[in-house]
Amino acid sequence: MIEGLVFYLFAAITVASGVMVVSSRNPVYSVLWLILAFFNAAGLFLLLGAEFLAMVLVIVYVGAVAVLFLFVVMLLDINYLRLREGFMQYLPTGALVGAILVAELLMVYGGWKFADQAPLSVATRTPDPTAVSNTDALGRLLYTDYAFLFQAAGLILLVAMIGTIMLTHRTRSGVRKQVISKQNARTKETSVEIRKVTSGGGI
Amino acid sequence: MLTIGLSHYLTVAGILFTLGVFGIFLNRKNVIIIMMSIELILLAVNINFVAFSHFLADLNGQIFTMFVLTVAAAEAAIGLAIVVVFFRNRGTIAVEDVNRMKG
Repeated sequence: MIEGLVFYLFAAITVASGVMVVSSRNPVYSVLWLILAFFNAAGLFLLLGAEFLAMVLVIVYVGAVAVLFLFVVMLLDINYLRLREGFMQYLPTGALVGAILVAELLMVYGGWKFADQAPLSVATRTPDPTAVSNTDALGRLLYTDYAFLFQAAGLILLVAMIGTIMLTHRTRSGVRKQVISKQNARTKETSVEIRKVTSGGGI
Repeated sequence: MLTIGLSHYLTVAGILFTLGVFGIFLNRKNVIIIMMSIELILLAVNINFVAFSHFLADLNGQIFTMFVLTVAAAEAAIGLAIVVVFFRNRGTIAVEDVNRMKG
């Protein structure tokens, strides 16, 4: 009963904020609605017993990805209203395709039943949540069966990090940078000069 | 109605997925909103994975969700970097202006 109501709350807010993400006039608001959508999706994950993923969703998506989006939206000096031109023009086609897509998906999903053989194909049974916590169970699976894929995921992140730095890094002219080797190579002869100053004459 | 089954979660995911596709149609000029729509689509996929994982009592779905999260984060970072570089060079991010490589 309570679970049902909570599900409908989370689902309704997720869908509503999804609508606002795509239809908001200002991209900053879009990002904020996206954050709300992620929070409520994390709530749905909690209802499904995926506690670890719910927390990861909040930390990674809200804490990193959404903030990255916010950063870029505010960083670029763009007239976003000009980018909205043609919004109404694309609306009918988009609505039509969306309506067809959602109708088809609902037809497929509406009466979903598992085949009788489906439980036989389960690779790793979820352990009893009262005995083993979700995080524990995920970790045991991730670091054994999926160790190589886990490393590959780390490699993907490394490639993304290097790629991002390579893309956005630039050597700017007119910036006085510290060159340590040059500083260390300075000697007393090149940097200090003793002059005799006549009084009232200046250098 | 108030007993929540797999179909309910799949429906939410289906609606979110459609919203993502709809967003790509609607904001065809704004790369940043298109990328946010892609994030919505990936979120829908994740909800599907976790829902199936829960109702089949198979933990592997949650592992895959984690990998999807990883790839989505990498994609967002690289995509936004490309947007920033493009803006630096051309002073715009409108999709129809991205035509330098057209023959």
